[in-house]
Amino acid sequence: MNPRPLLELMQLGKTYPTPQGPAVIVRDVNLKIAEGEFVCLIGHSGCGKSTVLSIVMGLNEPTTGSAILGMREIDGPGTDRGVVFQSPSLFPWLTVEQNIQLAVDQVKPRLSPAERLACAKEALAQVGLAGEADRHPAELSAGMRQRAGIARALAMDPKILLLDEPFSLLDALTRMELQDELLRIWEQHRKTVLMVTHDVDEALLLADRIVMMTNGPAATIGRIMTVPFARPRVRAQLADNPEYYRARDSLIAFLEGQGNELPKEEQCPA
Amino acid sequence: MKVPALPSTLSANPSTAGNAAPAKRSLPRVEPASIILPLLAGAGVLLIWTALSQTVSPDLPSPLRTWQESKRYVLDPFFKDGEMSQGIGRLAFYSLMRVIKGYALALLFGTPLGFLIGLSKFASRALDPLIQVLRPISPLAWLPLGLVIFQRSEPAALFTIALCAMWPTVLNTAVGVRSISTDYLNVGRVLNLPRRKMFFSIILPATLPYVFTGYRLSLGIAWLVIVASEMLTGAPGVGGFLWQEYNSLVYSHIILSILTIGFIGFLLDRLMGAVEARFKTT
Repeated sequence: MNPRPLLELMQLGKTYPTPQGPAVIVRDVNLKIAEGEFVCLIGHSGCGKSTVLSIVMGLNEPTTGSAILGMREIDGPGTDRGVVFQSPSLFPWLTVEQNIQLAVDQVKPRLSPAERLACAKEALAQVGLAGEADRHPAELSAGMRQRAGIARALAMDPKILLLDEPFSLLDALTRMELQDELLRIWEQHRKTVLMVTHDVDEALLLADRIVMMTNGPAATIGRIMTVPFARPRVRAQLADNPEYYRARDSLIAFLEGQGNELPKEEQCPA
Repeated sequence: MKVPALPSTLSANPSTAGNAAPAKRSLPRVEPASIILPLLAGAGVLLIWTALSQTVSPDLPSPLRTWQESKRYVLDPFFKDGEMSQGIGRLAFYSLMRVIKGYALALLFGTPLGFLIGLSKFASRALDPLIQVLRPISPLAWLPLGLVIFQRSEPAALFTIALCAMWPTVLNTAVGVRSISTDYLNVGRVLNLPRRKMFFSIILPATLPYVFTGYRLSLGIAWLVIVASEMLTGAPGVGGFLWQEYNSLVYSHIILSILTIGFIGFLLDRLMGAVEARFKTT
């Protein structure tokens, strides 16, 4: 691992004032992510994992601690972070290509219009949507829309990709398809990824390290698991690996332990 | 997209698995009932109308008499014998011109006002109570004030139309801005869009469907107001004609005017409905 992390979270905490006194959502989150690493943040819904991610996105301000990306403290949203939201969030009045171009225009204003268009087309081709460039999001399936969402983030050529449960709204088949696709794309670039998920198998398939969050309120990092599987990974091969089930059991045991300890859910806005 | 064959234990949602077929626009099929039923209802109204004119209200012209006395106005809609006697098409044209001017004013002031109220909490808190008070005021109440301010009937009529018709545009636009999905705004924020681009690339197109709903409702009100304002000012137009014929005791022309107003209002609504549908995004 590089001595200098690309993303470093230091004593990160978020507290909201409420009439009943301050509500601590997350506290004392310390995490270092190296360049090229794929990290999954896993935990029960409402445990504050999305809060941590939204702070890294710059959409939310930490009450304590700080997040440092590269050499700079994060103090707002920026184009050095490519974001994929839970819902694809494409603009329905633009074609798929125009959606991507909106991002490219913003990130690479110095390129010529032709170069920017090429950039958008390349990103679409990467996610297998080259043929759908001129269609509107409403004409696409949910899976294709989320592919376009990923293409938009890729087209920005960011330092880090931030994925907020990007596949949780898809049906099981499409979800597996997109996980494999993301794995394939990631193997090509090895771009740093921080991804929030509550899907244990997804985390094991994709991540180098899995960060387990304790339950809220006042959630924090419980354990960190280094995923032992060699890359490139193939879903079918993982299923044959006895190590896979050990890791899976350990993750589930942690999450279930959390569930029994504190059966409260939806403590904070996800 | 290829979907690999997988064990049937996995649930595959057919609507998301393949390409969603683009919605095909076909002509609406006309059912016989949708023609026959309104005709029957119309016949019923004619019957009641005839019965009323024969019994309780001898001054009310019967449908037949109404037609006979209005024939020329309808069959030769653009004749002009003088200021007092013109075809109904010509009169409707005067009214429409007036409505378009007043309506344009309403949109010109209403749209930015709606965006302002939708975007700024400050403006919304300042102006919302005021709008709630101004909104229910009848055109009959605004018109005299317009006459006092402008001294002439034409600008007073436009003033009245604009003031009465702008509220649906203002309110719908404001609601549209407030109901923009936070996802859209978050995308704009993570892309670091400058304020101007945020407005023109995201807020404006996301609000357009609401804006056009407002425009349609505003046009309906503008058309309602025109009649009242013409009746009070005696301006040439369908409303003015209606009042003039009432004073001249030609009651059949009142009915002619009423029907004309209804038909044009219906057509305007359909027209705006079609425009509105074009901006509907899912």
